[in-house]
Amino acid sequence: MISAQGIRLIYYFYIVIEFILNEKLIRTDKPGGMPLVDFIRYEAGLTGTKIGCREGDCGACTVMEGSRSAGKVIYRTIVSCLTPLALVNGRHIVTIEGLNGETLNPVQQAIVDHSGTQCGFCTPGFVVSLMAQCLSGDTANLSKMLASVDGNICRCTGYKSIERAVRQVWELTRLHESSSTVAWMVEKGYLPAWFTYIPERLAGIGNQPHESPVNTIIIGGGTDLMVQKADDLMFGGIEKVRSSSAPGIEFRDGKCIIPGTCTVTELLESETLIQHFPNLGKHFSLISSTPIRNMATLAGNLVNASPIADLAIFFLALDAEICLVNGEDTDRFLPLKKFFKGYKQLDLQPGELVKYIRFSLPGRDDHFNFEKVSKRQHLDIASVNSAILVKINEGKIEKAHLSAGGVAPIPLFLAETSHFLEGKEITYDTLLRASEVLQQEISPISDIRGSAKYKRLLLRQLFIAHFIELFPRKSELSSLVQILQADEKH
Amino acid sequence: MKNIDSIGHVTGRSVFTDDIPLTNGTLFGVVVASGIAHGAIKSIDFSQALEMPGVVRILTCTDIPGENQIGGILPDETLFAEKEVHFIGQPIALIIADSEFNARRARKKIHIEYDEFEAVTDPRVAKEKGLLLFPPRTFALGNVAEAWQKCNYIFEGSADSGSQEHLYLETQNAYAVPAENGTLKVYSSTQGPAIVQKTIAGVLGIPMNHIEVDVRRLGGAFGGKEDQATAWSTMAALAAHLLQKPVKLSLSRHDDIVMTGKRHPYSSDFRIGLSEDLKILAYEATFYQNGGAAADLSPAIMERTLFHATNSYFVPNVKATAYSCKTNLPPFTAFRGFGAPQAMFVMESAIAFAAKNLGIPAWKIQQKNLIRDEDAFPYGQVAQQAHARECWDEAISQFDVAGKLKEIAEFNSATAFTKKGLALMPVCFGISFTNTAMNQARALVHIYQDGSIGISTGAIEMGQGVNTKLKQVAAGIFSVSPSRIRIESTNTSRVANTSPTAASSGADLNGKALQIACGEILDRLKESAAQMCNTEKEKISLQDEKVYSGSTDTGISWEELITTSFRKRISLSQSGHYATPHIHFDKSTEKGHPFAYHVYGTAAITVTLDCLRGRYWVDSVQVVHDFGNDMNPDINLGQLEGAIMQGIGWMTMEEIRYSEKGRLLSDSLSTYKVPDIYSTPKIVECKTLDKPGPEQAIMRSKAIGEPPFMYGIAVYFALQEAIRAFNPAYSGRYDAPLTPEKVLMALYNR
Repeated sequence: MISAQGIRLIYYFYIVIEFILNEKLIRTDKPGGMPLVDFIRYEAGLTGTKIGCREGDCGACTVMEGSRSAGKVIYRTIVSCLTPLALVNGRHIVTIEGLNGETLNPVQQAIVDHSGTQCGFCTPGFVVSLMAQCLSGDTANLSKMLASVDGNICRCTGYKSIERAVRQVWELTRLHESSSTVAWMVEKGYLPAWFTYIPERLAGIGNQPHESPVNTIIIGGGTDLMVQKADDLMFGGIEKVRSSSAPGIEFRDGKCIIPGTCTVTELLESETLIQHFPNLGKHFSLISSTPIRNMATLAGNLVNASPIADLAIFFLALDAEICLVNGEDTDRFLPLKKFFKGYKQLDLQPGELVKYIRFSLPGRDDHFNFEKVSKRQHLDIASVNSAILVKINEGKIEKAHLSAGGVAPIPLFLAETSHFLEGKEITYDTLLRASEVLQQEISPISDIRGSAKYKRLLLRQLFIAHFIELFPRKSELSSLVQILQADEKH
Repeated sequence: MKNIDSIGHVTGRSVFTDDIPLTNGTLFGVVVASGIAHGAIKSIDFSQALEMPGVVRILTCTDIPGENQIGGILPDETLFAEKEVHFIGQPIALIIADSEFNARRARKKIHIEYDEFEAVTDPRVAKEKGLLLFPPRTFALGNVAEAWQKCNYIFEGSADSGSQEHLYLETQNAYAVPAENGTLKVYSSTQGPAIVQKTIAGVLGIPMNHIEVDVRRLGGAFGGKEDQATAWSTMAALAAHLLQKPVKLSLSRHDDIVMTGKRHPYSSDFRIGLSEDLKILAYEATFYQNGGAAADLSPAIMERTLFHATNSYFVPNVKATAYSCKTNLPPFTAFRGFGAPQAMFVMESAIAFAAKNLGIPAWKIQQKNLIRDEDAFPYGQVAQQAHARECWDEAISQFDVAGKLKEIAEFNSATAFTKKGLALMPVCFGISFTNTAMNQARALVHIYQDGSIGISTGAIEMGQGVNTKLKQVAAGIFSVSPSRIRIESTNTSRVANTSPTAASSGADLNGKALQIACGEILDRLKESAAQMCNTEKEKISLQDEKVYSGSTDTGISWEELITTSFRKRISLSQSGHYATPHIHFDKSTEKGHPFAYHVYGTAAITVTLDCLRGRYWVDSVQVVHDFGNDMNPDINLGQLEGAIMQGIGWMTMEEIRYSEKGRLLSDSLSTYKVPDIYSTPKIVECKTLDKPGPEQAIMRSKAIGEPPFMYGIAVYFALQEAIRAFNPAYSGRYDAPLTPEKVLMALYNR
C-alpha cells in the first residue's frame, strides 16, 4: 500500500511511551516498533481487538486514534497491526473495550438486532469503525456510513445484515445536531462518560523527554513498511512524521502546496481541493480503505516508489513538482516525473526527505480524470491506474498530461501520448491513433495483477474512458464501441 | 432467537483460542516449512537458529515418540517431512521459543538444502503420469452408450473451476497445556476435536483418554478447520508433551495461507445429449480433481462430486468418473459444498454450452429437466419430496423473470458500454455425511439442582449458530427460558468420538442427540411430577416453567420440580445418542440411499457489466429456498446470504494462483481478494418455499450451511450473458473465476 517518508525533523525515540488506552493512562518502556495490536492484546490484555492478517487488509484490529486538534480531540480509525507503538505517543487509543458500557451501545445493538455478526471475529472491528463514523459527526449520509466499514472484511455474513445494521445506526444519528458530538453520544448511551474528560487529560501527556536515536527509521503511515518489515522495525528508533495537527495544505497564486506528511484523508477533507476536483471523493474511494487513508501519507506513497502508486499517478497528471529537503540545506525542486528513475529507484539523496509537492490548480478549461481498475474494486491494488489533465481551447486539446501505473517499472508520465494529443480535436480517430502511440510508450509485465496483454488492453480502455467521462456529450465517442470491436478483428 | 453469542461478539468479550489467558512459562511454536514443491532434503542446518535468543528447541520427525502420521482418511501424510518434501509449505520442523517473535527470527537462520525434483501442479498432467491419490470411481445410471444414439443434439466441452481460500478471519490456532500423569489439555480451533485427539494420541503414542481437546468457538472455518486444523494442534501437543511446558501455536496469516489446503480446483470434460424437445437424455462427465500432495479429505470430496454430478436435474443415462490427481501443492481440503459446487459448475456449463449452440436461453433446458418425485439420482436414491420444480416455478413467477429478461434486452439495446445479464441456478444438495458411519452424534445434558441446564454436544460453534439452535431445542423440550441454558464448550472428555461439525449436518445430528437426551430426562421429570401431585405421568406436561396436570397449573415451578426430583435421587443427567436412520450406501455397486434428505432452491441473479473497463456488479440475487420449517429465520437467512456471497466470490474475484514450480502467488490479503462490503449484491431477496421439512431435519428445519453457496454459480453465467450482449462473437469458455481480467479479454476477443 503506502509507506512513508516526510519532513518533520523531530525525533521521537522514547524511553517511555505515553498514551491513553481507553480510560487508562499507559506509560510503557516497550519498544517503539512493537505493533500496537500486540501491546493491546498481549501487554494490556484487551483481547477484543483481533489479529486477522497483520497487513491492514482485514480490519479485525481496527481501533480509534484520538489526537488533539485546536482544543478538540479528533478521532479516526487506524489498523493497530500496522501502527508502531511509538506513533501513538500522546494519543488516545480506543478499543472495543473502551466502547462497552453497562448495556450495549446503539451501534452494538443494531448489529445484534440485524444479526450482523456470525463467527464474531471481525465484529469488534466493525463496531469500532462505525463508532468512529458516529464520533466524526458526519452521519447525515447513508453511503458515507456504509463507507466507514470499507476496511472491514467479514467472511460470514455476506454484508447484507451489516448493511441493515448500518442503516439503523444512520436512522438514529442522521438528524442529530449538537455542538458537541461527544456530549451527545455520552448522553445517548453511545459512549462512556469518561470520554468527556479526554481532551484535558490528553493535553497533559506525550510531552516527555526523548532522545535522538541512532539508526532512525523514518516512517509516515507505515502502511507498507509495517507490512513488509514489522519484525525488523521492532527495536529500531521510530521517527514519526505523521502530522498531528492541521494538514497545512496551502493555496497560493493558483498553486496548491501539499506537505508530504499530509494523509490521504486530510487531502480528501480539503474543501478547496474538492472545489477544484469535484470527483475527489469518488476517485479516492478507490484508494485503499478508510483506516489506511487515515494513516497513509502523500510522501509515503511517493517514496515507496511503487509503479502502481495511486497518488503518484494522480499528481503526475497534474504535472506536480516535488520539493526535497536535506537537513539545513536549501530546498531542491524537481518535476515529479523526474523523481522516478527505475524500479524502486528515486532521485533521492541519502537523508533527503519529501517536504511538499506543488502543482497548478486546474483552470476553467482544464479537465481532470482518474481511473483505476483492480480485481476487487475497493481496497485493492490497481491492475492499471491512469490520470489525465487536458486543457481545451477552441475545441482542440491545447495541453495534455497523461499518466499510468502498472504498465512500466515506474509510475509513468506518458510524454509522447500527451504530446501527440496536443493541437488535436477530440475525435475517435484522434483517440485511436493516440492509443497506438500509448502502446509504444509502455512496457507492462505479467504478474499477479494481470497479464501484460491485459494491462495493455486495460490502459487503452482507461485512456478512452477518460474522454468518455470528461466529455459525455460527445456523441461521436459512443460509436467507439464499434471501432473498438472492429479493431480487434485485425 | 438471535445468535446467543452476538452480545459477546459485539462487545469483543467472546473468547477465541488466541484470547485464552496463557499459563506462566508458555512457549511459542513457529513452523519451518519446505521452500520447494518436490524434492529430497539433503541437509538441514539448525545450528545458527538454535543460538538465537529465546530458542528452546527445534522439533523434527525424529522427535516423534509415536507414529509420524496425520492422514485423516488414508495414512499418507506425515506431521513433519522425513526424507522428501511434496509441496511448498509442507512442515519440516517446529521452532519452540519464549516468544513468537524470537521463534520467527530464528526461522530466518535455518538453512535447508534440497535435491529438487520435477513438480506437477496440473491435475491432467498428473493423471497422464499415473499420479493418483487413490483409485478413480464411476457412478452410472441407464446406458449412456446407447442413449447417444437417441439424442438429437450432442455437445462436448470442458469446464475448469479454481481453488478458493477459506479466509476464516481467525487463523489456525492451538494451545496445548500438559497436565498430571502424562496427560494433555489441548485448546484447538478445530471443527473435529475427536480427529485432533486421535491424531495426537497416534503421534505421541499414548491412549486417547490422555488427551482432552476443548473448543469454545471458531472465528470462521468453512471446512478449512475440519482436517487442516489437526497438524497444528498435534505439533503444539507434541512440543508440550516433550517439554512439559504449555505451548501455543498460532499461524500467521501468511503461514496459514501458504501451508494450509483450500478448495479443490477441478478440470473436467463433459458430453451432453438432448432430445428435440430439450430433454437431457444422456450426460457424461470426467472430473480431474486436483488433490494436492496427500489425500486429506479428497476421497470424500470426490465422492460428493459424483453424488452431485447432475445437480437438480433428472438425467436417465449418466456416467460420471472422477480421478483424484496427486500434485505438488498443499493437500486440498473441505470447503463449503465439498466437491458439489465443482460438479454443478460442470453440469451448468454443459447446459449453457448446449443452449449457446442451439441459440436458445439456458433456462429452457434447465426448466425442462428438473428432478421430480420418484426420479432416481445416479446413485440409486429415489427423489422424495423433491421441491426442485416448486422452487423454480415460484422463482420464475415471484421475481417476474420473464419481465426482467425483457427489461434487460431493452436496456442492452439502448446502452453502448453497459450491459446486463441474468442467469438462473437451481440447486439440489444432499444432506448427510456420505460416509454413513459418520452420521451419528452424542449429547450430554445436566440439569443442576438450581434448575439451570448445561449442554454438551459434539457440535462446534463457528458462527453458523448451531449453539443457538441447540438451545432452542432444549428450551422447547423442557419449556424453560433459554436463559436457563448454557451451551458448554465442545470437549472430548464430555462428549467422545464426535464426527466433525461439517456437511451442514451439525444441527441435525447433534440436535437429534440432544432431543433424545432431553426427552429421557423429561420422561423422568414427568414421572417425578406425577408422584408430586398424585396423578398419572401421561397427564403431566411442562409449560413455561410450570408443571401442568392436564390443563391445570399444579403450582409446581420448574425449580421446585428439579429440587424435589434431585432429593428423590432422580438422575438429572443424561446422554443421548443419535444415528441417522434409513441411510446406507454400497461402494461396490455405487448405489444406495446415502442422504437423509435433499435441500432444493432456485436463484435468479442479475449483473451489470461496465464493458469499457471490464468491471461488474451483482444487481440482485433472488432466491426461493427450501428451508423446511425454518426454526430460526435470523440465523438461516444469515447463513444463506453469507453462503451466496462466498459462492459469488468463488466465481468472480477469488483467484488462487500457483507458479509452475508450485509456489502460491496469491499468498496474502493484498493479492487474494475476498468480497468486501462494496462487492455485495445490491439486492438479496429470499422467499421461503412453503413446504414442511422432513422428519430427519432438526425440528423439520432443513440444513442450511452449504446449499446456498451454489446459488453463486449463476453469476458466472449471468456475466457470460452480459459479455455476449456486447460481443456476440464471444466464444464463452468455462473457466472460473471470471475475473475482471478475463471479462475484459472476453469483451474484446483476446
